Amino acid sequence: MTLSVGCTARPGKSRENRTGAWRTFKPNFKHDKCTKCGICALICPESAVHENQDGFYDADYNYCKGCGLCAEECPAEDIEMTREEK
Amino acid sequence: MAIDKTLELFDCGHRACAGCGHALGTRLVLKATGRDVIVVSPTGCLEVFSTPYPETAWRVPWIHSLFENAAAVASGVEVALKRQKRSEKVVVVGGDGATFDIGVLCLSGAFERGHDFTYICMDNEAYMNTGIQRSGATPYDASTTTSPAGARSFGNRRPKKDMPQIMAAHGAPYVATTSVAYPMDLMQKVERAINTEGPCYVQVHSPCCTGWGFEGSQTIAIGKLAVETGLWPVFEMNNGQVTKVKKIMRKPVEEYLKQQKRFRHLFKPIRQEAEIAKIQAIADANASRYGLDLKPRK
Repeated sequence: MTLSVGCTARPGKSRENRTGAWRTFKPNFKHDKCTKCGICALICPESAVHENQDGFYDADYNYCKGCGLCAEECPAEDIEMTREEK
Repeated sequence: MAIDKTLELFDCGHRACAGCGHALGTRLVLKATGRDVIVVSPTGCLEVFSTPYPETAWRVPWIHSLFENAAAVASGVEVALKRQKRSEKVVVVGGDGATFDIGVLCLSGAFERGHDFTYICMDNEAYMNTGIQRSGATPYDASTTTSPAGARSFGNRRPKKDMPQIMAAHGAPYVATTSVAYPMDLMQKVERAINTEGPCYVQVHSPCCTGWGFEGSQTIAIGKLAVETGLWPVFEMNNGQVTKVKKIMRKPVEEYLKQQKRFRHLFKPIRQEAEIAKIQAIADANASRYGLDLKPRK
C-alpha cells in the first residue's frame, strides 16, 4: 500500500526552516578550557551542536535558537553568550 | 547494546521554544531507541512543533492520528509487525494531557491487552500547546490559565495524578520515571523499556520554559531541582515492585518553587507559609514512600 502524497513528508524536511533567525543571544564556543566532554552536544534541544574535525564542539548558527542551555550546563564554563548582532 | 550518543534522529528546524524540554527529551529518546523503531504520537506540543505540514523533524517512521488514541494506534502497529514477523520496536511519545486525561482509556486498554510496546509520557504538567490549561498532571498550587491564582485561589486545587502507580497496577513489567535533566538516566531507562517484553511505561519530567515561566537556559537546572527537592521521585519498578530509586540530599521545595512564575503567587505579594508547607508535605510523603533520602555519613 502506498500513502498518498498529502499526508506524508520527507524525513528531516524541517531543515528547510532556519530557526537561527529566532536568536537574540548567541553562544560562542571559545575552545579554551573545553575538555571535549560533549555535554553541549548531548543537551542541545535543537541538535545544533556538532563535533568539529579537532574534536571540539561548534554550534550550527543556521538552527541554534540561542536558548543558552549549553552555556549554562558547560562544566568548564567555556561557552559565552553574547548579544546577537544583525 | 550500547547507546550511540552521536545518533541524530530528531532533526534541526523544528519549531519548539528555545530551551524546550520536550525537544531535548525526544532527541534523547530516539538516541536510545536507535533506527529500528516506529513512533506514534498523540496530539500535543510535540506533534505540533515537530511536524508542521509539510515538514517533519523525525528521521524515523512516525504516525499521528488523534489526541485520544495513540496507544490504540500503537497496538495496531505492534500486532501488524508481529504478524509480519518483523522486529521493529513500537514507541509512543506523547504529552501529559494525552496520557493522564484524554488518552487514558486507550492506554489502559492497550496495557490490559498486554501489547509489546513502550509508552513514553513527556510530562510538562499542563496543556502547553493550547495555552497552558491545567491537566491531571498539573501539580498542587500551580497557576495555569484554567486554574488561575488570585485573591480567592492559590491555583490548581488538586494534587498530581499518580500515573506510574496506575500503570504498574495494570501489571506492566517495567515502569520508570526520569527527567530530561539526567540524559544518561533517561536513555538507559528508555533502552531498558524497549527491550522488556510487554507494555512498558516511562514518565519523563520535561520542564516547559513558556508554561512554567523561567528562562530557556534554566530547563535542566529546574529539572534537577524538581528531583532534588523530592517533588519528582526518580525510580524504576519491575513487575509492580520498586527496584531502584535515585537517592538525594533533599533541598527545601521553596528552592524549586520560587524560580517559576506559575508558583509566584506563593511568594508575592506576601509569603504563603501554609501553602508552601502543604507542598513540602507532598515532597516529604514522596521521600518516605520511595526512600529518597540519603543517610548522611557519620
